[in-house]
Amino acid sequence: MRALSYAYLVAIFAFIFLPVVVLVLFSFQAGRLPVPPFDGPSLKWYAEVLADRGLMEALRNSLFVALISSTIALTLGFLAAQGLARVHLPGSVIMRGLLIAPMTVSYLIIALGLLSMFNVIGVRPSLWATGVGHVVINLPLCFAILFAAMGDHQKNAERAARDLGASELQVVALVTAPMLKPALLAAFFLSVTFSWDEFIIAFLLTRFDVTLPVEIWSMLRSGLSPATNAIGSLVFLVSIAILIILELTVFRKPKS
Amino acid sequence: MSRIERAERRTALTFVAPALLWTLAFFLVPFAAMVLLSLAHLEGREVVQAYDLGNYVKIFTDPSLLKGIFVSLEITMTVTVISVLLAWPLAWIIATQVPPKYQRLAIMLAVLPFWTSYVVRSYAWALVLGQNGVLMQGMIGIGLLDAPIQIMATRTATIIGFVHFFVMLLTLTIYANLIQLSPNYARAAADLGASGWQTLRLVILPLTLPGIMTGAFLTFVLCIGDYITPQILGGNNELSMPQLIMLQLGRRGDFPMASALSVVLMALVTLAYAATARWLKMDRV
Repeated sequence: MRALSYAYLVAIFAFIFLPVVVLVLFSFQAGRLPVPPFDGPSLKWYAEVLADRGLMEALRNSLFVALISSTIALTLGFLAAQGLARVHLPGSVIMRGLLIAPMTVSYLIIALGLLSMFNVIGVRPSLWATGVGHVVINLPLCFAILFAAMGDHQKNAERAARDLGASELQVVALVTAPMLKPALLAAFFLSVTFSWDEFIIAFLLTRFDVTLPVEIWSMLRSGLSPATNAIGSLVFLVSIAILIILELTVFRKPKS
Repeated sequence: MSRIERAERRTALTFVAPALLWTLAFFLVPFAAMVLLSLAHLEGREVVQAYDLGNYVKIFTDPSLLKGIFVSLEITMTVTVISVLLAWPLAWIIATQVPPKYQRLAIMLAVLPFWTSYVVRSYAWALVLGQNGVLMQGMIGIGLLDAPIQIMATRTATIIGFVHFFVMLLTLTIYANLIQLSPNYARAAADLGASGWQTLRLVILPLTLPGIMTGAFLTFVLCIGDYITPQILGGNNELSMPQLIMLQLGRRGDFPMASALSVVLMALVTLAYAATARWLKMDRV
């Protein structure tokens, strides 16, 4: 059984890693096409990508939208979770359902809905419009993570703080937020990842100030190129670096 | 109700209000706008509101549009089934055969390609599956093939690209389900005389239905609504619903038809939700 298990593991891991290995390997290709035979290693495509104005502009746009929209989604989600976890409100089940609902709707539909509405009220496609859409997709995520993380011991600590005369703002900033730090960070970084990588909303709701996925998409139209491999590998590398840093710092289980 | 309670409630409401308003303004209202738009028509280049179901009638009578629904459903079902079949053994092996010390590492490795950009991942599969790609050249190299076979720009390529992504997702949801199961289930089954295979099939497998169904539902939603993977890998021989929607938007500028197709897409997702709802434990995985 064990031998069979490990054979399966090897086979499926080969499948899972195949495209990533090919992507990274051929980013070091010296020739013009990212297909075998491999004739590298060469760093020239990395140099080309890093010198590409449009690509770097798109990267900055992506980072900007990701950080702003995730901050808004986290704030709104945190407040909502705090409100709904605290007292039982009439209709709280409906409110929770409404807040989670966008999670079950395709991004394409969310994008199309926003596009229709923005058309009617005369809002032009822009980076800001994209940001609004990204808050819509990340708010349910932030809310769900934080709502699940709120427990009784934290409610008791808040009550104690209030009894001792802390204002509502002080309670949130000095008691709740520190207690929920891991969940807050997890929600924030997941949001940043989703927003950073999101294509269809950004594609439909931006015009000139495009984000990185949209820029990469237009690179694809001119055919296969090791430059696309290079930017793809860079994005992958940065994501993995952030993941490892988070894993080693924030989510490390305290040793008992 | 006491005064304090009422004050508490008021505070709680002010906390919830901003998120509710955001969802209302940028999710519900746009959705309503889209539904309204789906009842309009394109006349020339003008959108004229008609409040009729003409677009929907056309979707279900025009063969090229109707085919899109079947293409999408077939691809999504195939992808969901294959992904579950591949992910379940992987999750089970990691949860039971891999030493606990290395399980977290194994899971992180299994989902590592998640962290490549979505557009780039489909592109990477195009590199692998193309005529001159690694797969064909490799198989020719070791003598399995004489000439490259066409996989790129077919449905097979779309399915491979999707399965790759959703195996990762389903492994997560099924693994989360498996490690919550008490080992006593397997022990009790063994005490009652079940063989290892019987335990797996009759005890463990049914207990992982929530994990399977949650993952399968997410797979369905994400897969049926995705434009990138079929567009990059599937070519233009057959169009899925998202491709049709984008086609209406792009070349024709037919917003009402794009909206109607989206409403139909949304209805399919709702049906999938209804079919899997009793197993869904979205908050636990």
